[in-house]
Amino acid sequence: MNPTYLYSLISMGGIAAFLAAGLGFASIHFKVEQDPRVGKVEDALPGANCGACGYAGCSAFAEAVVNGEAPVGGCPVGGDKTSSEIADIMGAEADSSDKIVAELLCGGGIKETTKSGKYQGIETCEAAHSVNGGEKECQYSCLGFGDCEAICPFDAIEMSENGLPQINPEKCTGCGKCIEECPRNILLLAPLSAETHIRCSSHNTGKIVRKSCEVGCIACGLCAKTCPVDAIEIKDNLAIIDYEKCVNCGKCAEVCPTGTIEFEAKVIEKVEINDNCVGCTLCAKACPVDAIEGEVKKLHEIDQEKCIQCGLCFEACNVNAVDIFYKDED
Amino acid sequence: MEEFTQIVLLFISTVLINNFVLIRFLGICPFLGVSKQVETAFSMGLATTFVMTLTAAATWMINTFILEALNLPFLQYVSFIIVIASLVQFVEMFIKKTSPVLYKALGIFLPLITTNCAIMGLALLIPLNGYSFIASVVFGFGAGVGFTLAIVLIAGLREKLEFGDVPEVLKGVPVTLIIAGIMAMAFMGFSGLISM
Repeated sequence: MNPTYLYSLISMGGIAAFLAAGLGFASIHFKVEQDPRVGKVEDALPGANCGACGYAGCSAFAEAVVNGEAPVGGCPVGGDKTSSEIADIMGAEADSSDKIVAELLCGGGIKETTKSGKYQGIETCEAAHSVNGGEKECQYSCLGFGDCEAICPFDAIEMSENGLPQINPEKCTGCGKCIEECPRNILLLAPLSAETHIRCSSHNTGKIVRKSCEVGCIACGLCAKTCPVDAIEIKDNLAIIDYEKCVNCGKCAEVCPTGTIEFEAKVIEKVEINDNCVGCTLCAKACPVDAIEGEVKKLHEIDQEKCIQCGLCFEACNVNAVDIFYKDED
Repeated sequence: MEEFTQIVLLFISTVLINNFVLIRFLGICPFLGVSKQVETAFSMGLATTFVMTLTAAATWMINTFILEALNLPFLQYVSFIIVIASLVQFVEMFIKKTSPVLYKALGIFLPLITTNCAIMGLALLIPLNGYSFIASVVFGFGAGVGFTLAIVLIAGLREKLEFGDVPEVLKGVPVTLIIAGIMAMAFMGFSGLISM
């Protein structure tokens, strides 16, 4: 055998073996003790390293969670399931209420709107918007070509038969890509817990809106007047809801003459406090209209005249002392 | 004394006259990629200097005691690659254990250096120039300092450029490349500094 081959093999093998031994030794000797929860949290995460949480990757996020810097529900991609798994590891409760999702502020599909012409051209919202504004008369309406559906990286948007995007709140991660993409700016991010949405973006006057769309906001102001917590404001011929103020009572949706306001939860007819009440005053503190009265450690009562049936006291009560009667129940 | 002067001259010439980035055009990737902020650029330079110095020492020993002794110069590339890769791994583990602060400061840059061609270039230049052990270490250190100098300089310029009125077509990488070219020309002015 040629000695060059032999020497090559021996020297390279020797160097490699030496380095491997050195690294192996180092991995044991220089091992840094890590919180075992970091590994567990990382396993529970999707592992996409997408960075949507604001950290450099899933492992950086896991470390931040264990250090208490990041919330357990901070992974927008993993959703509720991942949050609750991480919460189990961390021994905390998953807080899904701060999840945000995209909402469409237009209810005017093909059925509800008047057409101004026929659009023939490139079938994207962007093209239609830049040429003549699509087929619908309302220049604030959804164009319906589904640019948002195409851009959504999580398949959370699907165009309905009525030509409007339907957002699946379970898949939506609140990444905001669709909002950037929409040329009409009629998508926005709203908390998942919000049940009341004003599905219109038109700044046209009521007269024009009535002609172009069955479900457009005519800026009559009834919702703003009805809202017990002043969460709705009429600005430039359009009702705008402040999700932070809204208590999801659904009163605005009841009075809206055009059906622009959508209320997704069940409408509460009556709220009562039963004998379970221990007088902790939590419900009174939660009530946005001060309809609950009662002294500490005594049975509380709801002033039915003031009550707006928002149900916040029901959520606040820890002892099941609040009874809720929904409208469609007996 | 004569030797000491030679070493000092070698250091200066590696930093300025034969600057790895601007004259030899090695390590352009981190030079463009990690030069948006002076702070991170300096961290990168620090980590690179550290690894370069160690690489110079390690590769000199492997080259002299194994490859040259056994007459196997064709194994330079392969052996240097594994030496650099494992050295970086080792250094990373060592720093993680001994100095978490430094580990956080160097961060992702440390493992990135494994694939930096300036390191490989350095390892291959040492046998080519026939340096002694001390000269190799100084050469490696000087190369690292030169790299740090270049990357911090361009990072400073790029930070200023953020607020500059750059034509749309030149924004981002194009204007950075133009600046790098001008900097390289400026560094050519050092070429008459020392006549050995």
